[in-house]
Amino acid sequence: MFEFSLDSKRGSFHLRAECRFASRWTVIFGPSGAGKSTLLRLFAGLDLPDRGRIELNGRVLTDVGRHVFIKPGSRQAAMVAQQPALFPHLKVGANVAFGIVSLDAANRDARVAEMLALVDGTHLADRWPRDLSGGEAQRVALARSLAPLPRLLLLDEPFSALDGTASDALLSRLRIWTDEHQVQTVMATHDATDAFATSSDVALLKEGRLVSLGSAPDALASERDRIVSRFEIR
Amino acid sequence: MDWQALALTIKLASLTTAILLVITIPLAALLVLGRSRWLAALEALAALPLVLPPTVLGFFLLVLLGMRTAIGRSIAGLLGHPLAFSFAGLVVGSIIYSLPFAVQPIVAGFAAVDTSLLDAARMLGAGPVRIVLRVLVPLARRSMLAAAVLAFLHTVGEFGVVLMLGGDIPGATRTLSIVLYNQVENFDYAAANRTAALLLGLSVVALGAIYAVARPRGGRRV
Repeated sequence: MFEFSLDSKRGSFHLRAECRFASRWTVIFGPSGAGKSTLLRLFAGLDLPDRGRIELNGRVLTDVGRHVFIKPGSRQAAMVAQQPALFPHLKVGANVAFGIVSLDAANRDARVAEMLALVDGTHLADRWPRDLSGGEAQRVALARSLAPLPRLLLLDEPFSALDGTASDALLSRLRIWTDEHQVQTVMATHDATDAFATSSDVALLKEGRLVSLGSAPDALASERDRIVSRFEIR
Repeated sequence: MDWQALALTIKLASLTTAILLVITIPLAALLVLGRSRWLAALEALAALPLVLPPTVLGFFLLVLLGMRTAIGRSIAGLLGHPLAFSFAGLVVGSIIYSLPFAVQPIVAGFAAVDTSLLDAARMLGAGPVRIVLRVLVPLARRSMLAAAVLAFLHTVGEFGVVLMLGGDIPGATRTLSIVLYNQVENFDYAAANRTAALLLGLSVVALGAIYAVARPRGGRRV
């Protein structure tokens, strides 16, 4: 269970959202500029809201009123953004191992191998980030963020550089993995096909407000009408 | 050629550079990563030696580290001799005088690191020390080299601070710049020529090294 009530003002943009995600995998759907990334950064603890609280499975992550703020690295949260942000001075294997330095060498190597296998990137381990394609870099970024076994996974259009088939395949493998490891996942996207692909709950975000939450066909009814109207014969 | 002065100058510049790097890496990290409003004042203070005339800085340090102040007397009590007119005093003066030349390139190098990398490191549980040592320092290593070379050369060439604070004691505070000044004062232009050429050569070689390393090869710039 993931609950939040947030109020955050940055310049002229005002985000005000309150919701409870009962489903383990929730998609936040909205156009560019709707506040998806802002919302995920608040969940991650990379930014502090003006007011509000965030709670994951009964554990308070942020509560401005009570001065509670768990640091990003202590939230057991992982975030994969559109920009893979791989450390350019470390090879792929070392990038994936960055968040699991507390493990001993054998376990660390095993975890790195397991995560790279999950994203179909075993052959990339000894490569430098500069030698990866955009899609490969996004796979590695996903493996790196999963390696510490997070409780909360935040995905901000993480597969934008992968083609549709590859993205769907990776998404379905990730869905199985997060179910097995009981990871609460929130995925932001502006692509309606992503929202339908995971058959999860969809929250519709518009201009900083969450306007609906439900199954993809319900929450995206208005979007569906908009897409269909594009193909109508005029 | 005054080999003793050359050795002393290189020893002073090396020691100053090493100490400056140890001081400026955490200082630059604080200036780039910190959020306190006092950091602007700290940054201005670190840049002050850039605009302060060296003789003014040397005079203040001479007074501060001499026997007229409590600080100077306590340091003298600890070391057994006052810091003014000693090699150790010269190191202190050089560190302050060359501070901006080490701080500014490192601040620029750290600030140029993509913030998404810092966010990624924070999400992966890295604390400030690990972020500095494992992300900022390796990615800003060219800026660190520039800082080291600039601090070294600036110390090699300093004159006003050395003369004010150290005087002209052979083997203790007589550096190459002082030797050059003495040679010109004695109208020994041939010797002055050699000393000046040596100082010029040092600067050219060191700057050449910075640009050679900083130049990207084949578009593979990490």
